[in-house]
Amino acid sequence: MNIIDLMPFSVLLPLIAAGVVAILPGRTLPWTVTFLAALGSAVIAAFTLPAATEVTLSYPFGNWPPPIGIEYRVDAANAFVALLIASMASLSLLWGKTSVNQEVLGRQGPFYALFLLALSGLLGITLTGDTFNVFVFLEISSLATYALVAYGRDRRALLAAFRYLIMGTVGATFLLIGIAFLYTMTGTLNMADLAERLPEVRDTRAVRAALAFIIVGLGLKLAMLPLHLWLPNAYAYAPNFITVFLAGTATKVALYVMLRFIFTVFAPDYSFVVLPLATVLMVLAVAGMFAGSWVAMFQVHIKRMLAYSSVAQVGYMVLGVSLVSLSGLTAAFLHLFNHALIKTALFMAIGSVIYRIGSAKIDNFRGLGRQMPWTMTAFALAGLSIIGVPTTAGFISKWYLILAALESGAWWLVALIVMTSMMAVVYIWRIVEAAWMTERPADLPAVKEAPLGLLIPTWIMVALNFYFGLDTRLTVGAASAAAEVMLGPGFSGVSP
Amino acid sequence: MSDNGILRVVARFLIPLIMLFGLYIQFHGEYSPGGGFQAGVVFAAGWILFALIYGLDNALKVISQRAMYILAAAGVLLYAFVGLLGVAMGGRFLDFYPLLPSPHAAQQLGIITVEFGVGVTVATVVMLIYTMFARRKSEWEAVLREDSDP
Repeated sequence: MNIIDLMPFSVLLPLIAAGVVAILPGRTLPWTVTFLAALGSAVIAAFTLPAATEVTLSYPFGNWPPPIGIEYRVDAANAFVALLIASMASLSLLWGKTSVNQEVLGRQGPFYALFLLALSGLLGITLTGDTFNVFVFLEISSLATYALVAYGRDRRALLAAFRYLIMGTVGATFLLIGIAFLYTMTGTLNMADLAERLPEVRDTRAVRAALAFIIVGLGLKLAMLPLHLWLPNAYAYAPNFITVFLAGTATKVALYVMLRFIFTVFAPDYSFVVLPLATVLMVLAVAGMFAGSWVAMFQVHIKRMLAYSSVAQVGYMVLGVSLVSLSGLTAAFLHLFNHALIKTALFMAIGSVIYRIGSAKIDNFRGLGRQMPWTMTAFALAGLSIIGVPTTAGFISKWYLILAALESGAWWLVALIVMTSMMAVVYIWRIVEAAWMTERPADLPAVKEAPLGLLIPTWIMVALNFYFGLDTRLTVGAASAAAEVMLGPGFSGVSP
Repeated sequence: MSDNGILRVVARFLIPLIMLFGLYIQFHGEYSPGGGFQAGVVFAAGWILFALIYGLDNALKVISQRAMYILAAAGVLLYAFVGLLGVAMGGRFLDFYPLLPSPHAAQQLGIITVEFGVGVTVATVVMLIYTMFARRKSEWEAVLREDSDP
């Protein structure tokens, strides 16, 4: 079996396993099958990445040749994202066992089946080369995610899930309208085929509207600033395991699809010229960086705080895209990867605390530094990474972002990036201060260190943050390969 | 609602027709518009009409909630199994040509089995969703009853 035949199984494995897991009894068995499926998917993705970097892989489903049939088309860009998603899912599952046992009572089969559906949906969006297939997988992952968010123990989880459902459906509908316009104009749904046929009809209102619809629809999924309202509550009230998983995967996939549409389906010399996209994205990105960090500084609910921080971090990624250069896009892909590592580590540490104290209020974190030293140290170290201290993964992505900004002559962006990093210092420091600089009040119960089942995966994530902060060969290499393949050969900037 | 004569008579007449029409969409799906998804919804609609008229408890005697879960998963697995059969016999996923020597018959067999899996899953999931909501109402009524006569 060669790699092309194996590649689609990173999507099919979780999809098929979901059907099995749904009817498995008990608690350990569903988790075991889920973990094996996610791990298998990650291993296949790891083998796909080097092969796809050399040559674009194409897999026709049902042996119907594209563009008639559905095609999976994998190059350096989506193989990179797929590897990230599948491995983040496996690492989250490692952490999730203990946490889910506490939060999901009774039979856990349906819960893990939904998780697998969400995972296969996200991977499907990433690997497919068919625009309608993107929409279908987007719906699979979104519907599963809404149900997973509603599993939260807090009753507000229901409201958060419902709001996410409404906004997510609006986003998906916008995407579908955009795809329908493209289909009307060209008669094809295949991405590569669309890229060939679109230039003939590029100066029509329908195609311009399609681009706008698709960007707004995916901007909603991406939680780009004015469209981010669903994210804080969904992250705050979902079960901790789901927050950990979503923080590292969902917005990343949305960013990838947006790039795929902007750069591959519509060429960059179209999307950045017909719409003032570079300006719009840059303004929204900077606004997101500031508004997200600003709101995060005043949150008392720590999961909400990290969620707002995610809005800010999405801003960094979009900022990289808005520079429309090879180095900008490399920085975006790099931050896409590194932010997944950082946020997963942070949410794991906070989730471990919530496992013990049952609350995410900053007041209840007072004096925890002495009672849960390992968990809080992990949080502080991951916090260094989100601030962007040298030797951490967060530093690498900010460094490349600053280089890209300087290359475009936008020195003022450097000042903005440094300023928002300072704001990150503030919101991380508030928790460090509460945990270490204040005594545990007498009326709060004493707590024990988090169990090893939570602690070990958290420290693995923290270690990865430092590993990818020191050894950047894999990340920078893969990110620049992804950026190159997105921009296409012979790209030399866009002149509006 | 089973005490209303008109409803009972009309439902008794309609339910078999609705289910028959669901099966028609299912098994004629490869020639005409239709297929597993639509068929599953129509078929489940017949069952839901039954549940509305004769009550959820009677409807659950026809098919239990446990059976719905199992059938929902079984449908997905049937789809996956046929898809994987194509891979096992040397083709691609969902490739039906290797299944039978005649390409026409192979496509027909593959589409019908795959769509049957889709139909079973969609029908049982729609029933399951209805059951979940209807259950909630009867549970709520039980709470109210306990509340009113202590």
